[in-house]
Amino acid sequence: MRHTLAVLVENNPGVLARVAGLFSRRGFNIDSLAVGRTERPDVSRMTIVVEGDDRVLEQVTKQLHKLVDVIKINDITPDEYVDRELVLIKVNCEPARRGEIMQVADVFRARIVDLGRKTVTVECTGNEGKINAFEESLRPYGIKELVRTGKIAMLRGNRSTSLDGKKDDE
Amino acid sequence: MKKSGAEILVQGLMDQGVDTIFGYPGGAVLPIYDALYDANIKHILTRHEQGAAHAADGYARASGKAGVCLATSGPGATNLVTGIANAYMDSVPMVAFTGQVAQALLGRDSFQEADITGITLPVTKHNYIVKDIRDLAMIIKEAFHIATTGRPGPVLVDIPRDISGGEVEYKDPGPVNLPGYRPVLEGTEEQLNKAAAAILASERPVIYAGGGVINSGAHEELKKLAELLVAPVTTTLMGLGGFPGDHPLFLGMLGMHGSRYANYAVCEADLIIAVGARFDDRVAGKFDRFAPGARIIHIDIDPAEIGKNVRADIAIVGDVRVVLNQLLPRLQAKLPGAWQEKIDLWKKEYPITYVENGRLKPQQVIREIYNVTGGKARITTEVGQHQMWAAHYYTFTRPRSFISSGGLGTMGYGFPAAIGVQVACPDEVVFDIAGDGSIQMNIQEMATAVNYNLPVNVAILNNGFLGMVRQWQELFYNRRYSYTELINPDFVKLAEAYGAVGLRVDKAADLKPALEQAVRTNRPVVLDFIIDREDNVLPMVPPGESLENMIG
Amino acid sequence: MQMTAAQALIRCLELEGVEVIFGYPGGAILPVYDALCQSGNIKHVLVRHEQGAVHAADAYARATGRVGVVMATSGPGATNLVTGIANAYMDSIPLVLVTGQVPTSQVGTDAFQEVDITGITMPITKHNYLVKDAKRLPAIIKNAFHIASTGRPGPVLVDLPKDVAAETIDFDYPKTVKLRGYKPTYSGHRTKILEAADLMMKAERPVIYAGGGILNSGATAELMDLAEVLSAPVTNTFMGLSGFPGDHPLFLGMLGLHGTRYANLAVTHCDLLIALGARFDDRVTGKISSFAPGATVIHVDIDPAEIGKNVRVHVPIVGDVRQVLRGILAHLKKKDRSGWLEQIRQWKEQYPLTYVRDGRFKPQAVIEKLSRHTRGEAVVATDVGQHQMWVAQFFRFKHPGTLISSGGLGAMGFGLPAAVGAQIGLPDRLVILVTGDGSLQMTMQELATAVDQKLPIKIFVLNNSGLGMVRQLQELYCDRRYMATRFKFVPDFALLAKAYGLAGHTVKSEEELDRLLPGVLSSPETVIVNCLVDPEENVSPIVPAGHGIDQAIDC
Repeated sequence: MRHTLAVLVENNPGVLARVAGLFSRRGFNIDSLAVGRTERPDVSRMTIVVEGDDRVLEQVTKQLHKLVDVIKINDITPDEYVDRELVLIKVNCEPARRGEIMQVADVFRARIVDLGRKTVTVECTGNEGKINAFEESLRPYGIKELVRTGKIAMLRGNRSTSLDGKKDDE
Repeated sequence: MKKSGAEILVQGLMDQGVDTIFGYPGGAVLPIYDALYDANIKHILTRHEQGAAHAADGYARASGKAGVCLATSGPGATNLVTGIANAYMDSVPMVAFTGQVAQALLGRDSFQEADITGITLPVTKHNYIVKDIRDLAMIIKEAFHIATTGRPGPVLVDIPRDISGGEVEYKDPGPVNLPGYRPVLEGTEEQLNKAAAAILASERPVIYAGGGVINSGAHEELKKLAELLVAPVTTTLMGLGGFPGDHPLFLGMLGMHGSRYANYAVCEADLIIAVGARFDDRVAGKFDRFAPGARIIHIDIDPAEIGKNVRADIAIVGDVRVVLNQLLPRLQAKLPGAWQEKIDLWKKEYPITYVENGRLKPQQVIREIYNVTGGKARITTEVGQHQMWAAHYYTFTRPRSFISSGGLGTMGYGFPAAIGVQVACPDEVVFDIAGDGSIQMNIQEMATAVNYNLPVNVAILNNGFLGMVRQWQELFYNRRYSYTELINPDFVKLAEAYGAVGLRVDKAADLKPALEQAVRTNRPVVLDFIIDREDNVLPMVPPGESLENMIG
Repeated sequence: MQMTAAQALIRCLELEGVEVIFGYPGGAILPVYDALCQSGNIKHVLVRHEQGAVHAADAYARATGRVGVVMATSGPGATNLVTGIANAYMDSIPLVLVTGQVPTSQVGTDAFQEVDITGITMPITKHNYLVKDAKRLPAIIKNAFHIASTGRPGPVLVDLPKDVAAETIDFDYPKTVKLRGYKPTYSGHRTKILEAADLMMKAERPVIYAGGGILNSGATAELMDLAEVLSAPVTNTFMGLSGFPGDHPLFLGMLGLHGTRYANLAVTHCDLLIALGARFDDRVTGKISSFAPGATVIHVDIDPAEIGKNVRVHVPIVGDVRQVLRGILAHLKKKDRSGWLEQIRQWKEQYPLTYVRDGRFKPQAVIEKLSRHTRGEAVVATDVGQHQMWVAQFFRFKHPGTLISSGGLGAMGFGLPAAVGAQIGLPDRLVILVTGDGSLQMTMQELATAVDQKLPIKIFVLNNSGLGMVRQLQELYCDRRYMATRFKFVPDFALLAKAYGLAGHTVKSEEELDRLLPGVLSSPETVIVNCLVDPEENVSPIVPAGHGIDQAIDC
């Protein structure tokens, strides 16, 4: 099963290397990892999607906790949350077929962000399922290049996983 | 045909032409050692894995082939780390194989488990952990390819026990295909032409040659270049032997402990031709004051070295030998002039020298080793004052004859390296020039030397101090000798406890006979030279200063 | 107060109560050494290789319960520490290591003697720091000592660039530690404690399986109380040895790969396994599905990540073993278990730990004699290999913390520097090193340190001219194809001792040893006793690879 972890870490140099090293040496599989700053300058947040059963997840969580730079970990998998990923796709496209691509993009509320002589570059945000579907819809046209950011996620409603936030309803 | 992982490894080693490996057995490498039992590969059993890594490194530097070492998981693997870092800093081709716990036990802090690929990430050119036995043959091939091509370096292959002990239908792995690794060997026309023009326009050129000359086998081309241009040549520590030390155009070493004339020449040059060198801090001094009036041509196989510390005006990425062969036809012979005269004058005015004071001088010892060996010995060194004296006072005339830890500066390197050199060059005279501090670091390898009857000569310049650190404390810390004085074993008795020969020399008159005896002896010999205790390596550029500001 | 960061570092160490540093100077750490030699309060032990420094500090920590402190220069100085750091990490030993680093402006340029030691040691430190701002140094040192010594102890490395060390700062040592991401749990969860106590009272065949956590948390008295109240037999992991008296009737000796048969049988047949500060290591459990198959498992450990890592646990209790045991003990009543203890007595009788006395000089006999002559009072450091297991089997430890040995990493070469560190920490105790001829050679340069520091260590080399443990494995698993495990040449350790200015003896028989032993053990000098023992002797019993621990064989 796949789990989505919201991990708050000290904004220290090397913290990404510590987390990545841990996953590699303990043999945990990362599906995706996205890292960026938060509402606090001294705290960064990683959204990590891991594959594994409950035992693996328990170990991942506990081992992550042992890293001194890791402040807080929440497995938000069972909760209601918003998750997003951004993808950029460059598709082969003769000018004559741009309309078709634009139609597909419209369905997914994706945007054309660049046009080449024989290519179109589109961006799309959404949850993983939507991005996968979008990718599949463009595949027949010939995907020249594709890049995804990895997933970021946030709990819905009043609840939060921020430093002072409570995952339980306040 | 079915083969075990261990047999595939042995097959891979044979395919790569490996005839010698240096190693130490243990639980996780049992299947590999069992396969080696039947293999036609010489295994040198050291007494600490650090010894194995340094010996493989010395073997590689002397022979030009990849050095191979083998250790078990956990402490076996971690004991290699210094040796791997050492090879990495000095661009030595080395392949290190380590055993690992079985995959089912990985990541669980199992007995003798260490994450050696994680640990060595910063000090290897590349590393692998084999997770599928079907990949093993290809990984071995890739490891040797990466270690020996481009800028050479150490590659580590970590093999879990279930892989070495497992079985698979063996297939030849086919050619190596690494999209992320394609070293560039030839310079571009444009850059070559620019370089040629700059060289022809230059009036005060200096060639600054590093270890890349030796790695690429470009010593003949370098000599041609120097003679064609009548350009003086200075080398880094790593470059010693890459240009004949007795050549009139030779300036000796540059940098912190370089000759004054080399440093002055660099300071006044209008063109620096950097050949397989990397503008290390010990060479360049203050980066922004290095060769202030010169244009700089930088030839190196590693594009990341270019512009790293010092700006390069003309950069040529490529194999030094290939590039020099491309460059030479574009040049014309020059005649000596005012520049050469000036340099000759400096050489006369500021020779590298020392003051005799009745005590046994380390410089004398090195000079006498040179005389007795006719300059033909392979010299390894440890790290410290003796290393610099060896660089100053032994005249190296051929590549791969000076073998020393340059970048990492590893005390304890020289002796196991000498063992590796002697294995690679069984018929040559090998000396490890050592200090009393350094030699103790890997003294256990005396057993290896005796075990394989390797007639390595260990010349200890014994001053009862960590001399180089003491020198810094004298010069920069007001003579506060903080924990640099040493209580030492009796090195002569120590040699004898090993069944080796021990000789003590404390006066100049005994130097020659002792050295002659050592060279004649077909067993390991330890020479304990009791030298002037507080001698300094001079001249010296104090740290952070530019090259013209030398003291001593 | 204004001072350089190097001086501030020394001041911090003084304030942490550091009495001794094990180290080796070099260029990048010069400012620190310059400050160090001007402090009258800290002793510095100059080793002969940095690996010696870290092992010595590690043993000092094990022997005294204090944080071991190490100093080394950049580059090779730092990389030479790696094995010792990994060793301390695997065995949960509190260490603070300070390494010099090249000046900040040169970091990342492959400068002379530069290595990325924080990167290298990431997998083997509890935490590490690269100091970039001199003002942060005091707080970092405070944190380093706190992290190293609390929770599950471990090594912490502080990498200090030379220019940072030379900077002047306003010195102020923080009184408290602020670490958001590090808050160890000490007291166990109350309901779990009650649950555990309840299970302990109900069990019919309990076994206490106690590891190094007993020693780290100082829970040996509580362990004794628990065993006696419950009438429960106690088995130790290798790391737990000396945590329970070796001559106690409830003691089962060590379990696992080379454990006693009765310990392994007791674990296999128990209905309740009480795991205290132990981690179900592969050397302990053997085939994991056959480990304590019928037992309910209570696991007490300070490190939550250990619980459920290798085996399924019914009652997990995260906390300091000593505190948790005190909590549990409050709910227990004296319990009589004569049936279970009788069964164990029978196993002990049926499968005693023994060896074949065939007239040859047996290594086990050396250990038995050492145990008897010292009445189990000595501090025993060992290296790694057969001799280590024989010490575990045949030395009857009396006091907590008196076995000093490399458990998790199994680092040959640990022994001699460890004996140095232990003797420095415990100057008035008898410190014995039991080592092998392979292991001793690995770090024998430290004989010079022993002489230099005038340490009266007694070194017993169980010399079988080879790498005995690996040879034994080759005998068992490789059809006696002995590859690279029999030395063609071994130095004469008695002569070697003399080269270092120590006393050295060679003995070839039990009788010779008997004659020599009283004099050696009471000598004020460093002594090497080179015991030329039966080279073919094996460690027995052994659980063959892939088998349950009740499947041990003699060999």
